[in-house]
Amino acid sequence: MGLVGLNGAQMLHQLLLDQGVEVMFGFPGGTVLPIFDALYETPIHFVLSRHEQGAIHMADGYARSTGRVGVVLATSGPGATNLVTGLATANMDSVPLVAITGQVRSSLMGNDAFQEADTRGITRPVTKHNSLVADVADLGRVIREAFYIARTGRPGPVLVDITVDAAAAVVGAPPDLEMDLPGYDPAIRINPAEISAAADAINAARRPVLMAGGGVIQARASKALGRLIVKADIPVTTTLMGLGSIDEQDRLALGMLGMHGTATANYAVQECDCLISIGARFDDRVTGRLETFAPHAKIVHVDIDPTSIGKNVSVDVGVLGDAKDVVNRLLPKIRKTTRRAWPKKIRDWRARHPLTYKRSGSIKPQEVIARLGELTDHDAIVATGVGQHQMWAAQYYRWRRPRQIVTSGGLGTMGFGVPAAIGAAIGNPRRTVIDIDGDGSFAMTMVEVLTAVRYDVPVKFIVLNNGYLGMVRQWQELFFDRRYSSVTTASPSFAGVAEAFGARGITVDSRRHLDGALRDALAHKGPVVVDVHVEAEENVYPMVAAGKGLHEMQLGKLA
Amino acid sequence: MKHVISALVQNQPGVLSHISGMFSARGFNIDSLVVGRTEDPSLSRMTIAVLGDDRVLEQAVKQLAKLVCVVDVTDYKDVPCVNRDLMMVRVAAPESTRGRVLELVNLFRGRAVDISHDSIIVELAGPESKIEAFIEMTRPYGIIELARTGILSMPRGLHRPKTHESSAAAKSKAKRARRSPAKRRIKKTARRR
Ligand SMILES: Cc1ncc(C[n+]2csc(CCOP(=O)(O)OP(=O)(O)O)c2C)c(N)n1
Ligand SMILES: [Mg+2]
Repeated sequence: MGLVGLNGAQMLHQLLLDQGVEVMFGFPGGTVLPIFDALYETPIHFVLSRHEQGAIHMADGYARSTGRVGVVLATSGPGATNLVTGLATANMDSVPLVAITGQVRSSLMGNDAFQEADTRGITRPVTKHNSLVADVADLGRVIREAFYIARTGRPGPVLVDITVDAAAAVVGAPPDLEMDLPGYDPAIRINPAEISAAADAINAARRPVLMAGGGVIQARASKALGRLIVKADIPVTTTLMGLGSIDEQDRLALGMLGMHGTATANYAVQECDCLISIGARFDDRVTGRLETFAPHAKIVHVDIDPTSIGKNVSVDVGVLGDAKDVVNRLLPKIRKTTRRAWPKKIRDWRARHPLTYKRSGSIKPQEVIARLGELTDHDAIVATGVGQHQMWAAQYYRWRRPRQIVTSGGLGTMGFGVPAAIGAAIGNPRRTVIDIDGDGSFAMTMVEVLTAVRYDVPVKFIVLNNGYLGMVRQWQELFFDRRYSSVTTASPSFAGVAEAFGARGITVDSRRHLDGALRDALAHKGPVVVDVHVEAEENVYPMVAAGKGLHEMQLGKLA
Repeated sequence: MKHVISALVQNQPGVLSHISGMFSARGFNIDSLVVGRTEDPSLSRMTIAVLGDDRVLEQAVKQLAKLVCVVDVTDYKDVPCVNRDLMMVRVAAPESTRGRVLELVNLFRGRAVDISHDSIIVELAGPESKIEAFIEMTRPYGIIELARTGILSMPRGLHRPKTHESSAAAKSKAKRARRSPAKRRIKKTARRR
């Protein structure tokens, strides 16, 4: 590959093409001018967002929904700082991204130059790794390392900061492209003793529950997992990030667990005698009060990240490895089992405490989501904002396959939904992509609807407009004596905004029109915003209050 | 409880802030941190004394090993080690007390490395307990200025910690062996529990 004679920016594009990059999201500025100049003649599809946060969430939605590495490009200083929320979002949920930022001329660095920020320093805690390229000779190696680190092991965002002089410099000698990562090797040799111990624990269990997390999706392990649970007859609950690792229509599926998990999943976890966690990290939203979490269970924890094992809960058997490899190694050691008492108990819970809500004359947010599920055969890609609507989406859509839900779990980033859905739709042009959003979250990034219009990305933005920062309002109602403090949204007509942006806009304020509007939106060829006026003070249930155990969940006032 | 961790890290800009940032973000309490070159110019050795129980130590070691710039981590828990701390201390030493101060310096096998009319600089190396004892003993004479390196630690020859090499380490070792003849031990203990 002839890199000699190219400048750094041109070489960068060549390197990105070598990595299989087809799409890039970003926003220009002074220090990335050479890179944008080189963009002028590459086949990479560049998506110009309205805000760097939008660009990085797009790259994130693209990555989560396709399994490929998302790439984002921003300028130095404010461009780079605008990426920070997106990096943290991706880092918490282990999403493979490569973020490329411009940096001021290397001779000016450290002198508070115009649009200078200590990008590496600022992003260090929110990336898997970051590097500075101040010499074009390092560029090839660093870019290859960045992609390798981003997509291997426990994936994550990697930032490469490139000085403008390195981007403009001409490559003189053939650059050294060999990676130099003596401290990084994602290949884990699975310890057979750990596999045996895990198999023994599973074989000895009478009331096992398997908890599938985002790692199952990342490792593409859900098929293997399906074989394991059928063989050993193990019911499966998923974390928010693990939704879709099992088809929720399956008899073994318990639904999501945790703070807003199903009663069945939470009771099952509290009563199980063996909890097999795969690719989940025992987040506090999942465990509730740690001291009372899964009190009777032997805990088997499979994870690719050694720091996750034993961090929040003490485990009986830790298995370090890739979820798929571990499950495949476990399979032959697992006894074929058919259970009676345990499935019956689960069926009873399910019958007694189904996920439900009280119907009324107004539009219930849950029913909008359930209806969307039915209308899309539970097969659309669904991005969300953060709040009540996100939890209802998790509960009511009924997930069928991996990479369907695109949601900010670990960081809980409001505003994620709009751009993430756009990125997902760009990565999946043949699928229906919906953004189930809240009025508060939507307003944070709705400017990116302009991006959807510009590139004709047919996302269905469904805003569950309750007039509130609903999740915060719910907490104020339940724990602060209904003192509603700064939680109304005072939104404009989102349909009007959509129309002004050049998208289609639909407002729904009565139940009668809901179905028609949703069908309309789903049939529409371009981007469309549906502003659904839902019941204002609906609460998310079940709910495990902060500091309570999973078994202490409130089931709410049900029909 | 104090634990000593030794980390071999890539000698690159930003590595120190990477490591210290991780420690502070995760709330680990560092008692001392010593960085210096090793026999290999591409690697530095960090010796980190952390305060905390076993669980804290385990997380600290794992989190360190997870950093891309960290090549190898060893914790010296339950390993007999030679621990050394180097101190320079300026002690007030007018003629009236100089003799007694110098006597202490000799008793502790330190060295007076600078002398002026009213003070001397003492250089003293040794295990922490010895350093602390010297400080206690000289305090009454007036300590004007004090600087310490923090702990450096090396396992005794017969007690080198048993470590598990990750395949990364093995590979990079092979790679490095190709690059430079210097022989070295590289392991990433924390990869295995
Ligand atoms: C960027 C950001 N700021 C603040 C929060 C805290 N927060 C969590 S949910 C929520 C309200 C979300 O309101 P809305 O998007 O309307 O969703 P709803 O709960 O009403 O469905 C807030 C403010 C957050 N998660 N993210
Ligand atoms: Mg709302």
